[in-house]
Amino acid sequence: MNSETLNTLDTYSKNKYKYGFVTDIDNEKPKKGLNEDTIKFISLKKNEPDWMLEWRLKAFSKWKRMKEPKWANLNFPEIDYQDIYYYSAPKGFEKKPKDLSEVDPKLIETYNKLGIPLEEQKVLAGVAVDVVFDSVSVATTYKGELEKLGIIFCSIGEAIQKHPDLIKKYLGSVIPAGDHSFSALNSAVFTDGSFVYIPEGVKCPMELSTYFRINAENTGQFERTLIIADKGSYVSYLEGCTAPKRDDNQLHAANVELIALEDAEIKYSTVQNWYPGDEDGKGGIYNFVTKRGLCAGKNSKISWTQVETGSAITWKYPSCILKGDNSIGEFYSVAITNNFQQADTGTKMTHIGKNTKSKIISKGISLGKSQNTYRGEVSFLRKADKARNYTQCDSLLVGNKCGAHTVPYIDSKNNTAVIEHEASTSKINEDQLYYCRQRGLSHEEAVSLIVNGFCKQVLQELPMEFAVEAQKLVSISLEGSVG
Amino acid sequence: MFLEIKDLSVKIENKNILNGLNLNINKGEVHAIMGPNGCGKSTLANVLAGKEDYEILNGKINFKDNDLFDLNIEERAQEGMFLAFQYPVEIPGVNITPFLHSAINSKRKRMNEEEIDNLSFAKLLKSKASDLGINIDMLKRSVNTGFSGGEKKRYEILQMSILNPDLAILDETDSGLDIDALKIVTEGVNRLKTKNNAFLIITHYQKLLDYIKPDHVHVMVNGSIVKSGGPEIAAEIEKDGFQKFQ
Repeated sequence: MNSETLNTLDTYSKNKYKYGFVTDIDNEKPKKGLNEDTIKFISLKKNEPDWMLEWRLKAFSKWKRMKEPKWANLNFPEIDYQDIYYYSAPKGFEKKPKDLSEVDPKLIETYNKLGIPLEEQKVLAGVAVDVVFDSVSVATTYKGELEKLGIIFCSIGEAIQKHPDLIKKYLGSVIPAGDHSFSALNSAVFTDGSFVYIPEGVKCPMELSTYFRINAENTGQFERTLIIADKGSYVSYLEGCTAPKRDDNQLHAANVELIALEDAEIKYSTVQNWYPGDEDGKGGIYNFVTKRGLCAGKNSKISWTQVETGSAITWKYPSCILKGDNSIGEFYSVAITNNFQQADTGTKMTHIGKNTKSKIISKGISLGKSQNTYRGEVSFLRKADKARNYTQCDSLLVGNKCGAHTVPYIDSKNNTAVIEHEASTSKINEDQLYYCRQRGLSHEEAVSLIVNGFCKQVLQELPMEFAVEAQKLVSISLEGSVG
Repeated sequence: MFLEIKDLSVKIENKNILNGLNLNINKGEVHAIMGPNGCGKSTLANVLAGKEDYEILNGKINFKDNDLFDLNIEERAQEGMFLAFQYPVEIPGVNITPFLHSAINSKRKRMNEEEIDNLSFAKLLKSKASDLGINIDMLKRSVNTGFSGGEKKRYEILQMSILNPDLAILDETDSGLDIDALKIVTEGVNRLKTKNNAFLIITHYQKLLDYIKPDHVHVMVNGSIVKSGGPEIAAEIEKDGFQKFQ
């Protein structure tokens, strides 16, 4: 590595985080710490029915008996669950505001600063947005238009009130509360998140999107998202996330459940840009997320696309359970780690039905002193005749103090299964940089171009509106400057 | 003087490669450097382009009134220096169109010229590609990725004709080309030649010089130029080899 490259890497690692501001707004919080009273407080604040509170308390009692999963290649101090606020809402959110005129202008300004205007007319053309600020949902746009098609798109809190049958049937059906300690924790204290139901035969005409923001200090965010695509329906959903710069680590433990019935398709895209901590590794979000999709019906399809650039720690394995015959699961991932970030991410594809197919494309990019691990499990159960998996894991190292790791597990109980696995690890190539620069591109432009090229296979899976944003985000994660 | 290399000595990993090399090039001239393998021809090309693996022991290079050592790789490129590589590197996932578009605009920016927009650039690229017999489908592929040796060289000349350099250095562009490809490539070079630019052609064989007529031919041995003259020197080498210059 020559001196010029090292210089550029140095500027990269002085990464600026442009969403690091704090909104000064009064918050309503319970006491710090986790106990039954905290859960009762949350349930009461959300005006939940008794069955929901019971559900939470049951999850809590499971959590108390569980230990954090330890398989990941991550290194962090023990989380003190009694030193966290489990609920934070801007004052005046006892009842969800009916329209934007009831929302504190400071909140609207926050989202404008983040580039997410809430006024419907300005919302990205054709994208309906649900916005979650700390623990509550602030606004859902385009609601009326979606209702005409029978599509339900609202906060999970609202769904518990208005659609208890769907919630009772599906909540926790893909990720049981007792799956592991983070799912139990989320089930006990989840505060808000989005709920989507697409009725039979309906193709959702616009991208649905949720934007998560952690604002309050020492607050955990535990959102819960549930998406159900009924027979023959289609939906594309995108989530984005940011948080202010803080010196302390903050915990984010979300659960996302997807259910695709016969012939239905769900496309779920994430652009995760939580605050990653500073260049010395101080602060940043601990992102422990459980995402799982169930291809319940025949010919159903679930596809996860993720661009992970933020968080001090990312622990995340969006998975597919391929139960229906001929169902398809896909996982496309770009994970970029810089400075002292750690990511342990990948997927789990469980083939149960006949002729089920899965595809995994993972691109890990490590810079600075970061550690980036792909961890994936592909399993074929006894009845999964003629099931297929294709896995491709590529790692790119920039500099010589970072690490890339690939941990694939394969488990097949059916000998008709076909498995293909490809993996590569490469260093950013000095000859490529030299070539680009000889054509007049700056060193930074060249790195950005090469990394974007490396990720292209994944980025092109994102919805058009966000592909450009994601590309910019990739460049920003590499550069010191903000475009 | 357009390009002036004075008493240049360069080493890499404790090995001296260039030893007191002198070369002057004026606008409108085509120079050819010929020499046996390992004589330092490619090193000279890379030192001019600014590759950082080399240690400059002595000497000066002046290019368009700049001290070349004050400019980094991309600044030299933006000032109008172009190197057609002997082995163009593959850059998977990076499409040629945005790649070259950024390249041309970074040059225009430095020259305080207006940037060229998407549409005009696409038109320019298409017309230059068809001049060089490059299929439109090849423009959809990633830079050099999966190309044959000949395709890569043609791509280099395409990039050269888009960027329209003041000084073009061709490093063994003829190696790996069959006769048809050689004709197309050399025609591309001849089309670009004006009285305001210059070419430095590095080659091992005389064949290339049948298609591009050099004004000056230099023989390079052990890191310095041992003989300079007209095209007749090329013929001499073709007949007797480099032996008598060593």
